[in-house]
Order: sequence, then structure tokens, then C-alpha cells
Amino acid sequence: MSAIALTRRRGRRHSIRRPRTGFLLVLPAALVAVGLFVVPLVLAARMSVSDWPLLGEPSFTGLENYRAIAGNDLVGQALGFTAKYAAVILVVLLAVALGLAMLVRRPRRGVGLLRTAFFLPAAVGLTSAALLFYELYFAGLSPVDDALTGLGLIDRPIDWLGQPGTAFLSVVIMMTWRFAGFYMLILLAGLQSIPDDVYEAARLDGANRWQTLRHVTLPLLRPSLALCTILIITGALLAFEQFYVLTNGGPDNSTVTLVIVIVREAFSFLDLGSAAAISMVVLGGLIVLNVVQLLALRRER
Amino acid sequence: MTALLTRPTAAPGAARRARHRRAGVVSGVLAALLALLFAFPLVRAAILSVTDGGGLTTDNYGKLADFGAGLPTYLWNSAVVTVITVAGSLALAIPAGYGFARYTFRGKNLIFVLILAILMIPHPTILIPLYVLLGDLGLQNTLIGVALVMIMFQLPFSVFMMRIAFSAVPEELEEAAMLDGCSETRAMLRVSLAAVVPSVVTVGLFAFFAAWNEFLTPLILLNDGSRFTLPIALVSLRSGDFGAVDLGALQAGVIVSALPCVVLFLLLQRHYVRGLLAGALRG
Repeated sequence: MSAIALTRRRGRRHSIRRPRTGFLLVLPAALVAVGLFVVPLVLAARMSVSDWPLLGEPSFTGLENYRAIAGNDLVGQALGFTAKYAAVILVVLLAVALGLAMLVRRPRRGVGLLRTAFFLPAAVGLTSAALLFYELYFAGLSPVDDALTGLGLIDRPIDWLGQPGTAFLSVVIMMTWRFAGFYMLILLAGLQSIPDDVYEAARLDGANRWQTLRHVTLPLLRPSLALCTILIITGALLAFEQFYVLTNGGPDNSTVTLVIVIVREAFSFLDLGSAAAISMVVLGGLIVLNVVQLLALRRER
Repeated sequence: MTALLTRPTAAPGAARRARHRRAGVVSGVLAALLALLFAFPLVRAAILSVTDGGGLTTDNYGKLADFGAGLPTYLWNSAVVTVITVAGSLALAIPAGYGFARYTFRGKNLIFVLILAILMIPHPTILIPLYVLLGDLGLQNTLIGVALVMIMFQLPFSVFMMRIAFSAVPEELEEAAMLDGCSETRAMLRVSLAAVVPSVVTVGLFAFFAAWNEFLTPLILLNDGSRFTLPIALVSLRSGDFGAVDLGALQAGVIVSALPCVVLFLLLQRHYVRGLLAGALRG
């Protein structure tokens, strides 16, 4: 700010903003953040080093809860499953979202309607979406089953949610339906920021569609793709509703995620200390992962 | 230079255009089929919820009205949580956004980073101690407790959006109003608040969607069936907690729960999309 602007500003009596007013304006939000975020976070850390039953008196036990994590087979299994889910949903969502974004990139008749159709599932709550597909897998696909049975391809109806492989697939399909339009929108914003003359140059150089996608579109879309990747992975590592509603972790604990383990420890086994310890570990993992992703992004720039 | 030399002559150009047209038709048909596929689950549930083997029926909605503590109870509970969350988010974020955008004071950056850090926390990490803390405050198993936690989860997005919005309003506008004799408060209200109405709508809309659809927070904080919000009640219905699972009533329930969001989205699509992009770009 130039000196002239400064003196001009000082000259106006009312335009001097008192720091105290600013602080008071921000104070209510800050109090909510401290009371409902910082204090519980500190309590979570304390719970993680205590024997803290849902009902009854807590007592300090040091690192006991953390040591127990190593001996808890379900935690290891859930970690592996959550990582697998994150990898699969990342690839599937990015591919479908990019395909949709390419389809609706150019303005033409009806393109707004198409975008709305792809995006509308994102307006449905995750729990409602899961319930919608629960019914679909449970009873709605019986015409498909009947047709396959009639053709002799299967000998009895497919129990979509009752077998580990198809249960996992069922969740991936539901999540793709619910989120593809959301990520399509982010990628669409990225696509539209690529100037037309870049494509014109590629065309003049004789690049075909595939070459243009690989050597022009994808590199220029990198920031949007990176953003989608961070959001998808973070969301997948904290997956809960989709599995809780569709499979409840089953069959045979084959679809138990980390968050399902935490909720079970707390409210099925009534062991808040153990649940807090696992969630502190998950928190630590997420922080490390985000820092790594941010560093990788920064190095690229 | 090479580009100039290899520039297609007129005839291949026509062939290319024809190929483009064909590709355009193919991708148009593909896109339309995909759109039908995306619309299928919702449209199917809407149709099935009002039909019964052939004729129209309201049976499914009738059964839904009576399940558990009754649909009106669950709708009311969800509405209470949603209204408090929307009102609370706006009441906190509008002044805070203005404070962050227009003032400098000690600790400003620290407080802002603290609010943004809420985004990083896995919800169960904080919900388990909140269950204990709200118990100490006498807010365990209450809708107000759930709404307070929802306001906290929405805080980073709400404050961030309002800060950006107020920063985009030229300060000179307010100064002009003050020179005309307005007090600082009235200048803020008259000039700036009027200019940020679109962002206020976006923040309110997102608080609405989050509160109306939230599952984990009320699942952990509420344990009395008559206080359940709609998503919790529907999952209980699915799990057979109220007797045999009635898929027809479940369809109807999903439609009732999705309808307000779908309607609001279609009405305020522009605000919703803008908010999503702003929310996404903060990452």
C-alpha cells in the first residue's frame, strides 16, 4: 500500500478498524472450534492412554491400548481392506469421472441436462444412496437373475451382498453412481481451463484423439486430477456409511473398514480407550499421508 | 512450419468433418444412455414407492408413516437438527468471515488455521470424546447436541466461504457508506452483507445438506429411538428393528429423505455447484 493511500485512510475517522472489534467478531466461531474440536481432541488423546469403559470409572494404563492394536487381527485386516478399497475406488472413480467430463465438455444441445443427470446422485445423502442400492441388490436385480438363469448362465440367483467378492463390487458400483458426477464437475472445471489453441496446435501437428488425450489433456489436467486423488483417498480411508448400510462389514468380516472397527470397539465392545487409540493412529496416518501428498504436489510445481 | 506443411487440404478436411459428425452422434447416444443409467435407481424407487403390482397405491407411504416412533417424529427431529445447524452456521460464519476479511488482530492467522484444521480430523476420532463431553454438559442424546457438533464440522467451509466473499467486496463501498453517515455496523449490514447474499445461500445450502443427511454423528450421539433423525430411522427400518423388513416402505423412506435435497439442488443448482468448486479448490 502506498504512503498516500495510508494517509488517506488515516484521514477518515470511521475507516480505522479497531482490532478488538475484529477479534470479537471471530470469537464465537473460535469458541466453538476450541470447545467442540480442540478439547475433544485432547480428551481423545487422554482416552487412548486409559482404560475407559463406556460406563464406569476410567483409569490410566499408559500405552496398553496401543499395544493391543498390534494384537488385534481385525485392525490389520481392516487396514488391508480399507487400502484395497481406496485403490480400487480411486481408479474406478477417476476413469468414470474423466469419461463423463469428456462427454459433456463441449456445449451442445441437451448438455446441461446430461450434466444434471450425472450430478444429481451427489444431491442424495450417502445413507439414502446406500439404502436405495440395498433394495436394488436385494430385490431389484431379480429380473436380471431370472434372465441369466433362463439362459443357463447361472443356476441360482446371485446373492449380491452375501458373498465377499460381489459385496465389495456392490459397494464400488453404488459409490461410483453417487460420486462420479461430483468428480466429473471438478475435472470439467479443469478441462475448461485448457485453452482451445492448445488443442488446435495438437490437431495441426496431426495428433490423433488418443495422443491428444495422453500428451495434451492429461498433463494439463494434472492439478484437477491431483485434487480428486486427495479427496477420493481421504474419503475412502474414512469409509463408513456405504459399508455399514450395505454389508455391515460382512459377509464374514470381509468388508470391515477402519472406521467400522472404531465404532465397534466403542459401542459394541464398550471400550472407548481402545477406540480412541485406533482413531489416534488413523489420524496420525492421515496427517502423514496428506503431508506426503502436499510435498509431492509442491515438488511437481 | 511443419504444422503449416501438413495442414490438411480441402478434401481430407471434409472427410475429417464427416468423421467428427459421426463421432458426435455416437458420443451423444452414449451420453444419453449413461444419463438414463444414472437416473435409473432414483426413478425406479420413485415409481415403485407408489405402485403395487400394477395399480397406484399410497400403502408404502402409509406404512412408512407408522413405522417405529412414526415418520412425523423422525422428520421433525431431522428438521430441528437441520434448522439449528443452518442458523448456527450462518450466525457464526457471517461475523467471523467479516472479521477475518476486514480486520487485523493478534492471533488472527492462528485462529483461522485452527478452524481449517477441523477438516483434517476423522469424524469418529472426535465423536467418541464428544459423546463423553456432551454427557458432562447434559447434552448427550439431544438434538441440540447433534446440531452443535454439525455446526462445528461445517465451520471450516462456512467461515472460509464467508471470508472469501467479504474479501471480494471492495472496502471503498463501505467507506463511501460511512462517509454518508452510516455507522460501521450499518455500513457492513447495508453494503457488504447485501453483496455476499449468494455466498450466504451457498453456506446455508451446504449446512442443510450436511445436517439433513448426516448419519455417523446422530448414530453415535443419540441412543433414544424417539430422538432418531430420518437416516438413522431408515437404517433401523432396513435392519428389521421395527419387525419384518418392508422394502416398499424403505423405498418410500428413501424418496422422502432424498426429495428435499433433490428439489433444493434443482432450484439452487448454481449456488450448489459454485460451493462445491470453492470447497474443492480449498484443498
